[in-house]
Amino acid sequence: METIILFAPLVGALIAGFGWRLIGEQGAMWVTTGLLFLACLLSWIVFLGHDGTTQQIDILRWIESGTMAADWSIRLDRLTAIMLIVVTTVSALVHLYSMGYMAHDANFKEGEVYKPRFFAYLSFFTFAMLALVTADNLVQMFFGWEGVGVASYLLIGFYYKKPSANAAAMKAFIVNRVGDFGFALGIFGLYFLVDSVRFDDVFAAAPELAETQLSFLWTEWNAANLMAFLLFVGAMGKSAQLILHTWLPDAMEGPTPVSALIHAATMVTAGVFLVCRMSPLMEFAPEAMAFVTFLGATTAFFAATVGLVQNDIKRVIAYSTCSQLGYMFVAAGVGVYSVAMFHLFTHAFFKAMLFLGAGSVIHGMHHEQDMRNYGGLRKKLPYTFWAMMIGTLAITGVGIPLTGWIGFAGFASKDAVIESAFVGSQGGYAFWMLVIAALFTSFYSWRLMFMTFYGNPRGDKHTHEHAHESPWTMVAPLGVLALGAIFAGMIWYGSFFGKTNEVVKFFGGEYAEPAEELKAAVAERSPKASELHYVMESAPGEAAIYMAPENTVLHEAHYVPTWVKLAPFLAMVIGFGTAFWFYIVNPALPKRLAESQRPLYLFLLNKWYFDELYDAVFTRPAQAIGRFFWRSGDGATIDGAINGVSMGIIPFFTRLAGRAQSGYIFTYAFWMVIGIAVLITWMSLSGGAE
Amino acid sequence: MDNLLSIVTFLPALAAAILGIFLKGGTEAADRNAKWLALIATGATFLISLFILAQFDPQETGFQMVEEGRWLLGLNYKMGVDGISVLFVLLTTFIMPLVIAASWEVKTRVKEYMIAFLVLETLMLGVFMALDLVLFYLFFEGGLIPMFLIIGIWGGKNRIYAAFKFFLYTFLGSVLMLVAMVAMYAEAGTTDIPTLLTHQFPAGEMNILGIHIVGGMQTLMFLAFFASFAVKMPMWPVHTWLPDAHVQAPTAGSVVLASILLKLGGYGFLRFNLPMFPVGSEVIGPFVLWLSVIAIVYTSLVALVQEDMKKLIAYSSVAHMGYVTMGIFAANQQGIDGAIFQMLSHGFISGALFLCVGVIYDRMHTREIDAYGGLVNRMPAYALIFMLFTMANVGLPGTSGFIGEFLTLMGVFQVNTWVALFATSGVILSAGYALWLYRRVVMGDLIKESLKTITDMTRREKAIFAPLIVMTIWMGVYPAPILDRIGPSVEALVADYETAVANMPQATQIASQSH
Repeated sequence: METIILFAPLVGALIAGFGWRLIGEQGAMWVTTGLLFLACLLSWIVFLGHDGTTQQIDILRWIESGTMAADWSIRLDRLTAIMLIVVTTVSALVHLYSMGYMAHDANFKEGEVYKPRFFAYLSFFTFAMLALVTADNLVQMFFGWEGVGVASYLLIGFYYKKPSANAAAMKAFIVNRVGDFGFALGIFGLYFLVDSVRFDDVFAAAPELAETQLSFLWTEWNAANLMAFLLFVGAMGKSAQLILHTWLPDAMEGPTPVSALIHAATMVTAGVFLVCRMSPLMEFAPEAMAFVTFLGATTAFFAATVGLVQNDIKRVIAYSTCSQLGYMFVAAGVGVYSVAMFHLFTHAFFKAMLFLGAGSVIHGMHHEQDMRNYGGLRKKLPYTFWAMMIGTLAITGVGIPLTGWIGFAGFASKDAVIESAFVGSQGGYAFWMLVIAALFTSFYSWRLMFMTFYGNPRGDKHTHEHAHESPWTMVAPLGVLALGAIFAGMIWYGSFFGKTNEVVKFFGGEYAEPAEELKAAVAERSPKASELHYVMESAPGEAAIYMAPENTVLHEAHYVPTWVKLAPFLAMVIGFGTAFWFYIVNPALPKRLAESQRPLYLFLLNKWYFDELYDAVFTRPAQAIGRFFWRSGDGATIDGAINGVSMGIIPFFTRLAGRAQSGYIFTYAFWMVIGIAVLITWMSLSGGAE
Repeated sequence: MDNLLSIVTFLPALAAAILGIFLKGGTEAADRNAKWLALIATGATFLISLFILAQFDPQETGFQMVEEGRWLLGLNYKMGVDGISVLFVLLTTFIMPLVIAASWEVKTRVKEYMIAFLVLETLMLGVFMALDLVLFYLFFEGGLIPMFLIIGIWGGKNRIYAAFKFFLYTFLGSVLMLVAMVAMYAEAGTTDIPTLLTHQFPAGEMNILGIHIVGGMQTLMFLAFFASFAVKMPMWPVHTWLPDAHVQAPTAGSVVLASILLKLGGYGFLRFNLPMFPVGSEVIGPFVLWLSVIAIVYTSLVALVQEDMKKLIAYSSVAHMGYVTMGIFAANQQGIDGAIFQMLSHGFISGALFLCVGVIYDRMHTREIDAYGGLVNRMPAYALIFMLFTMANVGLPGTSGFIGEFLTLMGVFQVNTWVALFATSGVILSAGYALWLYRRVVMGDLIKESLKTITDMTRREKAIFAPLIVMTIWMGVYPAPILDRIGPSVEALVADYETAVANMPQATQIASQSH
């Protein structure tokens, strides 16, 4: 069954990509979508029937060289099962949605066939993503990792006639390769240390790695920390964390369903998945994890600030994604991998919905993406409006404070992240960054709602008159995702962020009574959390995630002070209030503020000038150095020196053979044959003399 | 069949002889006959070579199907294959029919053209199978002549310059190799390669003209062979003949050059340098690793700014060969497995990329990147195929390009992490130049007037690409059968190498560790 889940999308992609002439465009669309729904159905069966034990399904031998063996196989555990339903559900819905969205595309001329190609790419992406999450070794994971990168490249550049789309596609691929560079080094290092790339072996060796020193580059490093860090560099690229985030906003050049599937719900969460998958290693790498926490928190804050001022509806959501990924990394960084997965899980629903909702708005508004030209669309796009409303309530984290779990999906998971961050960072940097980011999230989300659906219509009158609700293929997926955005948090709260024993059991591990000293230590650290009943007992790699017995963040996060529990809720209310004041009560205010705080506004609008910086520091110098090497290195120095010698010889030949024309080439060849014959004769004679 | 290897080797030469003797005149019919005969001969050679693969025992680490005899002047004739060479034989016989098919539109001196390629095939096959020094040298050097003619006669505007550059570079390197071969013969008293492989060349320190030489004779011999093979690879900084040769050579010539001729250097390192002069390798190896890494980074950066498509791919070839030398001199299982795999895979991928250039060159008669743009609009099949090989070239997992690159990097990481770091950065740069090329040629709207009537690939062109596509993907998804055949021989090679290095003189050990 798992094999069918994995290969159904690939089969769909091949049929649609190569067989559409036989089955027609409609046929290609239905085949891919049908196979995806099949995969989705089977995934839910696997997920709901999964008991937590790790299964292994071998498929084919792959790379074997000496002790290095990486084979094609499926590792099925709780983490995989979660990712299976996230990927196939969102993908199936996006396939369905795309039937409506891609029906007529102004980027293509009459008669140009583009739909089968689009669906083939989508399905191919899904296959690569599934290969990534089902991998049982690092190299297969790397296959999926780069495979989704290629699919992303193809889909961002889907409108190949637009130069901006082509540039964005290239940028996405190359920036991701920078991350892959770290990932690859991590794989090499782990093989060097462990003599295997299989997860089981790596996990089992993790405690030992914590004690090992590895000489890498100029000095000695703690092996576990270094490896965790290198793998995280890969995660930074794929999950668009700070420094390597620049590709994600540009990736919005792709069609909107792509943004929903790849750049919101699935591919960009691969980095988070990687960190959770490697949790047995991460638990032994405290310094690396501190860095993960720091970078995640900083990204959450940074991206939220940029999101405040963007005017393109997709870019707002893109930065929002970047920011939410930061939340997930903080959760993983402080050691509560289950909460990172929880936020990944709920985020997939509401963020995919926000994107698809935005797509529905864009579709209805004839491919207008600038929110300054929206306004008052609530009546024209009623279903879309409600979907977006649910998505906004979910992402801003609306719920009943202090219950912890009664609320929209984002409420349960985001508050869990923030509470864990409070414990994990001892109320420090990460916690405050996330709370401030929550305020900003609420502001930009409501700003988006108000600018789009409320107030008076702005921009082209004609477009507004013809604004229309989308067809059922687009609205139905919104409805399904809405269910997830509302209920996913409440249903699975206990599994991801319940009592330690519940969570451990969900992820297929064993729990046990903690040692007395540990109880005492926890009681001393946070008196409210003194009732520590259980800790994880499974060895690294035995369960889908690993939390060391000393890691009690998950437990303590339930007993944070009341003000901490209220903080995200308050931040959300303040953000809403400000947005309401800015865009409903006093719509002239934002403009005035932008003018009075011009440098700050430009700084945010230009995304902290990262693109300009990179262009100046990397892109241009690379070309300049390349040109220098070519002209001065190859041209002047090497050829100069060698030609100097050979140009002394060639004229000598040419004098012998007349002018250098192709007719005389035979003459040269003749002399060569003579020369070689002489050499060989001499050699054989000297040999024969012995 | 006892002399299977000889049959495979000389069948193309036989066809060339038939062409040369019996085919008269430059009429259209004669040209057509020449083409068909060449195609049939190379095709038959490929089919017969499959028997070599079938007979080859993957478990065996030594030479198999050995043939031995005497020929003129009392020289020894000895042929055989092992896990290191057998797949190169197959690569050669596989590529040649495609090369002939890709030359179908050649108009000038068709007969001579086909003869040149057929002779070239015999000589290249001979290099991979020869088990006697003199025989090896004969094949190795002999190969220069047909290639020299191919560039010099059927090449582009600047063909004379390129042909001479090609010839002089490679020939000057070989002279040193010849000297070393004579010295080897003097030392070991035989030209038999299997015997030489077990012979221990002296590695005691030497003083020549006041220069202290660590590793003594082995180091000197290593350097002499290195000079020849490094030019063939080509390694930085003796790579500059390659871009010129590629640019001027006809498409088929470029394909042979990139797919097979470059592999002679890597094969030479594995057949001679590493097993025969282990101490020399240990002394010079670290230096070679750095040359390789410079090749990867330097030529990738140069590729980034090229304006001529063929030049760009040529520079990319140099970078990819950098992974090969790096893997070989990492001198461990993954490194060498990876290096051999990378050479095979590069044979398909770079060959296909040059064919890709050939397809549009045949239509537009220019290789300027700026002359193109938006081809996807009129050439969807071409766009797809070019995309596949671009991705294979950047080492995408699932294509053959990934496995060689990955294994060589994995191998070198165990030896020197700095080298691994810089070499791995090559994966970023390769993505840069390859996608940038693809974007400028294929993507975008079709604006240029001259391209408005360009046609997509013909059936013949697609048929040439089909085997290459199959191989690239098959080797990327299921490389196990190939690694199974390479593995045992490499394992034996690595084990011998490690023993030799462990037993090397104390002073040399200390000196080589100070690197």
